[in-house]
Amino acid sequence: MKPGLGTLGLRLLTGLCLGLLAVLLLLPVIALILRVPSGELFTRLGDPIVRQALVLSLEASLSATVIVILLGLPAAYLLATRDFPGKRVVEVLADLPMVLPPTVSGLALLLAFGRVGLLGHSLGLLGISLPFTTAAVVVAQAFMAAPFFLAPVRAGFAAVESRYREVAATLGASERYTFFHVLLPLSWRALVAGTAMSAARALGEFGATITFAGNLPGVTQTMPLAVYLELQNDLEAAVALSVLLLCVSFGLLLALRSARLGARFL
Amino acid sequence: MATARFFRARRRALAVVLALGTAPATVAAQHSPATIFAAASLTEAFRAIAAAYHNGHPFERVNFNFAGSQQLVLQLTEGAKGDLLATADPQWMREAQARGLIDGDPVPFVRNLLVVIVPRANRAGLHGLEDLARPGVKVVLGDQAVPVGRYSRELLDGLAARGGLGANYAKQVMANVVSLEDNVKGVVSKVELGEADAGIVYRSDAQGAAAPALGQIEIPDSLNIAALYPIALLKGGDNPDLARSFLAYILSPAGQEILERFGFERLPAGSGAASRPATKP
Repeated sequence: MKPGLGTLGLRLLTGLCLGLLAVLLLLPVIALILRVPSGELFTRLGDPIVRQALVLSLEASLSATVIVILLGLPAAYLLATRDFPGKRVVEVLADLPMVLPPTVSGLALLLAFGRVGLLGHSLGLLGISLPFTTAAVVVAQAFMAAPFFLAPVRAGFAAVESRYREVAATLGASERYTFFHVLLPLSWRALVAGTAMSAARALGEFGATITFAGNLPGVTQTMPLAVYLELQNDLEAAVALSVLLLCVSFGLLLALRSARLGARFL
Repeated sequence: MATARFFRARRRALAVVLALGTAPATVAAQHSPATIFAAASLTEAFRAIAAAYHNGHPFERVNFNFAGSQQLVLQLTEGAKGDLLATADPQWMREAQARGLIDGDPVPFVRNLLVVIVPRANRAGLHGLEDLARPGVKVVLGDQAVPVGRYSRELLDGLAARGGLGANYAKQVMANVVSLEDNVKGVVSKVELGEADAGIVYRSDAQGAAAPALGQIEIPDSLNIAALYPIALLKGGDNPDLARSFLAYILSPAGQEILERFGFERLPAGSGAASRPATKP
């Protein structure tokens, strides 16, 4: 009897939590969608400024995600498999961009890579000026998105028992071979999750982008920036653009999640 | 409603009791503060006015909500509560009126002229308005969704038409624009940091906290654009009496003097309607 009651109570509690979570997470999104008259989305898609912002958003966030994966994989691997002094500190440092208010991150990027920033002079000698360029959008997004890739992938790598790596090593596999043929396939879930999360963060990035890269249609105006500026003018249009961004992001993230990249290719 | 009235009555009774018996500071605690929705460009000046007002009325409390004019109107439309609204242009005040937010008629209380700012180092070597049109100069403006962006465009068009800078002047400057900021402070910070070579902002912004890092290129008064700032009481405020009294203080010589200290200009006598060139041609 008692366990039965307990189970019932637990079920009710779980149900309650699910319901509250749905209200918290889904209701605002539904409210947004309900506000948009049907057909409005297609009208908006016809607007060249909107299409431009959408294409720029997709290009920039995909580039940022690829950069984050390429630069992040080795770091996640080392953090998961090696011990070194100050490792905790490094791990926390890697999380920092998540904590910083995005506009502060943008400011930090300007102070580092801006024309008069720490690296600005050296970049200038190479003929590179980052602020106000599409490349700056990619940098801002990568900066904001990297922690969202590093954290789950690091955890995913660490969750693969070291036994597997040791066995591979005793069988004569090199570390590189083990990484590509043992570790990556075993942690593909974490890889996909990290990729999806960092791509989502990059797509939605606003504060660091407008601070570091500025806002110019066709060059640095991504969808979130277009939405924000529309919000200053026309609430309905801003909501329509947000829903458009939501739809595109939803499709992209769903595709990523169902891709099962890891298992197939590695 | 009934409960609210009950509480108000009780509060008044309590205030009387306390006023008879204890220090007046306790009475002040019973007043609800007035909330003032003001355009971001008023931040420093209004804080100073509130400090001065507080000296004369130590028991009154004024809270601020500073944001872009358009954002203020949006917040109010979506249910935010306030006592006073001061916008950086008449258009958003008219919008607030149209949405039924305003009690009575708005009054213009100050104006703000435009100025071109450059980084103190001025490595692009900009010294006159004509330099903004030079190819390769990085110019930052407000987006046309925000008042300063609209005024900047008006200014450039006026300079092209009447400033003797060439008919293509506005087009050339617009071609140099590297970013359209979502608010005037964004323009200031990009120039202040030296990332942009020039920007167009309100004079009050050029005299604010960023002043030491900035140089200025003056715009002749005859070609300048004056942003007119209207202020109005909001419907349903918590403390309309305090709001009225604070509004009167802003319009008083003392209030106007503070605004001037922060780079704003007194309204010329008899001025009225929307933005227009500083002196009529």
